[in-house]
Amino acid sequence: MEHLNYKHTARARATGEKKQALVGVVASGNLEVLVERVLPGNECEIDIRTAAEGFGEVWKEVVADFVGRRSPGGLKFSINDGGARPDTVALRLAQAARALEGDGT
Amino acid sequence: MSDWDKGRRARAARIAAGARFAQGKRVDARDATALLEAVIQPGDRVCLEGDNQKQADLLAAALIAADPAVLHDLHMVQSGVVLPEHLDVFERGIARRLDYAYSGPQSQRIAKLLFGGRIELGAVHTYLELFARYFIDLTPQVALIAAVSADRNGNLYTGPNTEDTPTVVEATAFKDGVVIAQVGEIVDELPRVDIPGDQVHFVIDAGRPFFVEPLFTRDPGAITETQILTAMLALKGIYAPYGVRRLNHGIGFNTAAIELLLPTYGERLGLKGKVASHWALNPHPTLIPAIESGWVEQIHCFGSEVGMDAYIRARSDIYFTGADGSLRSNRAFCQTAGLYACDMFIGSTLQIDLAGHSSTVTTGRIAGFGGAPNMGSDARGRRHPSEPWIKAGAEADPGEKAALRRGRKLVVQIGETFGEKNTPMFVEKLDALELAEKLKLDLAPIMVYGDDVTHIVTEEGIANLLLCRDADEREQAIRGVAGYTDVGRARDKAFVQRLRERGVIRRPEDLGIDPLDADRRLLAARSVKDLVHWSGGLYAPPSKFRNW
Repeated sequence: MEHLNYKHTARARATGEKKQALVGVVASGNLEVLVERVLPGNECEIDIRTAAEGFGEVWKEVVADFVGRRSPGGLKFSINDGGARPDTVALRLAQAARALEGDGT
Repeated sequence: MSDWDKGRRARAARIAAGARFAQGKRVDARDATALLEAVIQPGDRVCLEGDNQKQADLLAAALIAADPAVLHDLHMVQSGVVLPEHLDVFERGIARRLDYAYSGPQSQRIAKLLFGGRIELGAVHTYLELFARYFIDLTPQVALIAAVSADRNGNLYTGPNTEDTPTVVEATAFKDGVVIAQVGEIVDELPRVDIPGDQVHFVIDAGRPFFVEPLFTRDPGAITETQILTAMLALKGIYAPYGVRRLNHGIGFNTAAIELLLPTYGERLGLKGKVASHWALNPHPTLIPAIESGWVEQIHCFGSEVGMDAYIRARSDIYFTGADGSLRSNRAFCQTAGLYACDMFIGSTLQIDLAGHSSTVTTGRIAGFGGAPNMGSDARGRRHPSEPWIKAGAEADPGEKAALRRGRKLVVQIGETFGEKNTPMFVEKLDALELAEKLKLDLAPIMVYGDDVTHIVTEEGIANLLLCRDADEREQAIRGVAGYTDVGRARDKAFVQRLRERGVIRRPEDLGIDPLDADRRLLAARSVKDLVHWSGGLYAPPSKFRNW
C-alpha cells in the first residue's frame, strides 16, 4: 500500500452546492473516490492510497491534468485504489467532480 | 491436337482415382484419408475451408492423417489457420507453403512455425484479397469444404454459415479442380440448394455438424465504463455529425458498447433513423436491442453466429434469408459490401504508431487480418456519393473543387489507451515492423494503414486525422488522445492545445459528454441474459455464455 498526496491551486472554485459524493468501487482494477467540499478558496487536495506501488509519476500527471481540465477548487479527493489503469482513474475523478456539481449543469 | 484440356483430363483422372472409395459421390468417413491421398497430388494448391467461424474439421483431421510420403509439399490457400490441424499439416511435412488471411486462436503457434522455418509464407491477406487470388494465381486444385447437408446428387445446403463456400467452390470447380465436401447428414430433399451438385465431386457424411466458433458474441457483462465512454464519444462525435447510416463494426467490446448504447444514449441524442440503419455485419447478439427498438433496416452477413439462427429466422425483414427461412451469409459479397457500400468502419486494434498505422501483430503473435484491412480502407474505385463520404472528403481536402473531390470512407480506430494486461495501444514502433525484419518480409503486416485512418477514439477524446495537414500535426493529434501511455505523455502540450482549439482533437467535455453517463446502467443490455430477454427468448446463447 502506497500513500500519495498532491496539493494544487485550481483556476476556479468548483460549482454546485453538494457537500460530498462517492463514486466507483474498491475492486481490482477499479477505485473509489470520496470528494468533499471542505477546502478554502481554490485549494484542491488529492489523497491516494493505492495497492499498486511505483506509479507516482503517472498519478502526478493524471492529477495535474484533472485539476487543469476541471478546476476543482475547494475540493478534497480521497482515493482508495485497487490498481486501476490511468484511464479509469481519470474517468472516476471526472465523475467525482461532476457528481458534486449536482444536476442542472 | 487437343492439348488445351490438360486440366480437364487431370481432373477426370483425380476423380477416377477417388471413385475407388465412393459409391456415386458418397464416401464413407473412414475412407476420408484414403480419398484425399488418391485425389490430391504433391505440390497441389489445396483450400481447406475454414475462416474465423465455420471449419471443415473432419477433412482437416483426415488430411493430417495422410502419409507424408504420399502427400507432401502442399500449398495451403485458405482463409483461416484456426484449428490445430491447420498447423499440424506443416509440422507433419504434408504442407509446405501457406497463403492465408486469419489465424486468431493459432496466432502464437503460427508465429513459432514461421520463425522456425516450418512454413514458407506466401502472404497474409484480407479475405477479399485472398478470394480474388483464387481466380487469378492461387486457384485451388482441390477444395475441402463443409456443408450442413447434401442430397444424393451432391447438391449442398450450407445453411446460415454459407460464408466462403460459394467462392471457394466457384474458383475450384470451374477451373478443373476437385471439390470434396463434408456434410452433417445426407437427406432426400434439401431445405435449399446453396451449391449445385454438378460442382461437387465427393461427399463425406460426417454424421455431425461442422465446428463453428462463436466469435462475434460479446458478453455485455464484461463491458467497462471506460469502454462506454469511448462509445459515447464515437456516437456523439462521429456518428451524429457525419450522419453515418451505412457501416460495419469490428468485434471488440468498444463497438459492442456502441451497439448497446443505440437504444439509450443514441435515442437521447435523437439519432434514431439518422444513423446505423444499414449494416455489413455478422449477427452480433449485442445488436438485438437496437434491432428490437427499430433502429436497423437491414443487415447483410459475412457468416452467422452460434445461437442466433431462430432470432434471424423470425426477423427476415432485417436479415437476408433463403427460401427455407434461414440466414444466407456470403463472406465475399459482404466484404465487397463493406468496401464499397459502407461509409464507415469502426473497430479496435492492438497497436497504433505515430503515423496512425495499426496492427494486431504483437511480439510472438500473428493474428492475421481477416476482413479488417478491407473494411478499414478507402475504396479508390468508389463513385457514388453519400453525405458522410462527401463530408469526410471535404475535411481532408478543402481546397479541391467539390465536383472533382474524392469522398473519404470513415475509418475509425477505437479503444482504451491501455489494453489487456496494461499494454499500451500507442507505440513508437509497431511490433509488426520487427516481425517483418526478423522474417525478412517485404511488407510489415499492417492491418490499417495510417493514410486510411480518419479518426482515433480513446477515452481521452477523438483525434480527427482528416483535419491534420502534415505529419507533425498527425503525430501530435495521435499523442493528444494517447492518454498516459509513454506516447501520450511525450506530447507537446501547447501543440495539442492548438489542435484542440481547431477541433482536430475533441475531449469529452468539448462534446458536452457527462462523465456520469459513463455508467453500465446506460447499456441497453447488461448481460447475455438481458439479450435473451430482448430477443423474446429467440436468441439461444452457447453454453459458455450462460451463467444462469
